[in-house]
Amino acid sequence: MQKHLFLGVEAIGQGAIDGGMSGVYAYPGTPSTEITEFIQDHPLAEERNIHRKWSANEKTAFETALGMSYAGKRAMSCMKHVGLNVAADAFINAAMTGVNGGLVLTVADDPSMHSSQNEQDSRFFGKFAMIPILEPSSQQEAYDMAREGFALSELTKVPVMLRITTRLAHSRAGVECSEVLDENQLSMPADPRQFILLPAIARRKYKGLLQSQDLFLKLSEESKYNRYEEGEDKSLGIVACGIAYNYLMEHYPNGTCPFPVIKISQYPLPEKLIKRLNLECDELLILEEGAPMVEESLKGFFANGTPVKGRLDGTLPRDGELNPDLIAKALGKEFFQGYDIPKVVANRPPALCQGCGHQDAYVAMNEALADYTKGRVFSDIGCYTLGALPPYESIYSCVDMGASITMAKGAADAGLIPSVAMIGDSTFAHSGITGLLDAVNENSSITVVISDNESVSMTGGQDSSALGKIESICIGVGVDPAHIHTIVPLRKNHEEMVRLFRQEFAYEGVSVIIPRRECIQRASSRKRNQK
Amino acid sequence: MKSDIILAGVGGQGILSIATALGEAALADGLLIKQAETHGMSQRGGAVYSHMRISDQPISSDLIPGGSADLILSVEPMESLRYLPYLSETGYLVTNITPFVNIPNYPDIEKVMEEIHKLPRYIAIDADAIAKEVGSSRASNMVMLGAASPFIDIEFSKIENGIRTIFERKGEAVVNMNLEALRRGRAFAEENR
Repeated sequence: MQKHLFLGVEAIGQGAIDGGMSGVYAYPGTPSTEITEFIQDHPLAEERNIHRKWSANEKTAFETALGMSYAGKRAMSCMKHVGLNVAADAFINAAMTGVNGGLVLTVADDPSMHSSQNEQDSRFFGKFAMIPILEPSSQQEAYDMAREGFALSELTKVPVMLRITTRLAHSRAGVECSEVLDENQLSMPADPRQFILLPAIARRKYKGLLQSQDLFLKLSEESKYNRYEEGEDKSLGIVACGIAYNYLMEHYPNGTCPFPVIKISQYPLPEKLIKRLNLECDELLILEEGAPMVEESLKGFFANGTPVKGRLDGTLPRDGELNPDLIAKALGKEFFQGYDIPKVVANRPPALCQGCGHQDAYVAMNEALADYTKGRVFSDIGCYTLGALPPYESIYSCVDMGASITMAKGAADAGLIPSVAMIGDSTFAHSGITGLLDAVNENSSITVVISDNESVSMTGGQDSSALGKIESICIGVGVDPAHIHTIVPLRKNHEEMVRLFRQEFAYEGVSVIIPRRECIQRASSRKRNQK
Repeated sequence: MKSDIILAGVGGQGILSIATALGEAALADGLLIKQAETHGMSQRGGAVYSHMRISDQPISSDLIPGGSADLILSVEPMESLRYLPYLSETGYLVTNITPFVNIPNYPDIEKVMEEIHKLPRYIAIDADAIAKEVGSSRASNMVMLGAASPFIDIEFSKIENGIRTIFERKGEAVVNMNLEALRRGRAFAEENR
């Protein structure tokens, strides 16, 4: 009997709570957001007073989780794949310090870039940090791994990565829950110097991390999440990682797969299982969601062993997420390919909501920039990135969180004056403030438009950590208060907004314009909840 | 029993309310479910879909393989066509005929309907009109679920109970209106299949 119909992300939230977690630390990012939201709404999280407020960015989130681990308690940090780039400094060094209380990093990759600017595979980061990685193939495993991940972290004394991808994150299935574990008591690290990465200590810690690799390998080889499934037909051996295992089994219901299969859900790769497959089979097929990480390591530089098929030799596409059809083709299976999409069907890309304040800001900005040459607006990550599309076509960059301000500064340094940054309130708080400081220190001729909808909107209207603080942050960083303006982006204020933009674009120095109106999605959901 | 369903629509149209009602019904029937949803950027007025798989046997893939969906259930006509590569040779397409126009190049609706009419098995229903007749345009998704219900191997009374469960908190009147919407949708499909 199914107990709960959970999204993969919800299963992780429940698993973390049931695993005795004392705090979740995260910044919203698709497809990871709902883990923290689920915990925020959970009655047991409320009862236990589990920490569950949003952090300013992924780096602060991970570091805070590490601090909770230092104090002996179990903590999880959640983020999307590109969020781990932001947290990477803390993450890589946390593998060096090790943990006290169990620490799990849940990272959600987005192959096919449904809501992201790249499809980087976080397993490389796990390997780079040299820590164990868990990659669930089902919502049940996602629950179990989140729940047991803390104990694995305490056993191995390093952070553990729980890696999921979009499909698992946002797909529901039945999940059975296990006993709820107690939280850890406050306790200090046994070694008071464990977390001091001074070179002399760091060298010792690094040797320890290297020595631990044997333990991590042994745990992978004995893991219940990795297994060798027998098959009669040895012409092919299949390695199926994470959710790719399900796509494979879709074609062989009830254990009818003729080929030997290794299901991989824990890394480092279980060497013994793979060596056995290599000995027994004529060819290997590697199925993995994301980059060909396992495939590359099995193929080797000279590819002179058992032939390895996968994403590198064209058996599967090099990019994009997997699905049952791609795997059917890789196995040479015939299937009815459905009907063609009629030509009459038009693309329907996402768009700014009707009535959104970003629209008014872009209309005014376009008018104020009409007298300048094009290509002056650097933008950022958020709903307003949709200003790249018609009818606005206002922006010329979207790279990473906070890059609007620093790229505008760099362009101004090169002589493109004025240069304009278009950034949201939450993205500004996440990674815009330090860039603004750089610009202030050199009095760069840039105008920073902080389009403030008082919410983290693209991910569903979470609380922005800069709420009510933007002007004071800008003044504190050193922007001249005479060049900080706030306006309500509404059609009736259009002329005033255009005038302000024109005035500040002409100013040779740092100016900030803050069009501020609450996100209409958040406003309507707030009104619904008040009823 | 196996029912592989593609739910289709535009972000904001609430296709997941259909999935929730159906999920409740399937759970009450002791069936297994996997359901992949669209979250994130596309929810801002983009094309959204959900793969809903219901079976009495364990389900492996979260995604429905191409050419094997038993049903495409779309709350918008052009969106119904976007997922045709998933439809099986014996599958049904059930779609609302009211277009949701939020793009400048939305095609001529006559041409969209022509493509729908080319399919061997389809139900094209004016769910918005029926929903208004039963009391609220917001019930149109339940009209759509009703129209699809003859092609889903779950007892109709269990689907009715699913609707009772999800609308319970909103009071008896809302429950009854949605049940009426469901029944009217089903009646239309039975007459026009």
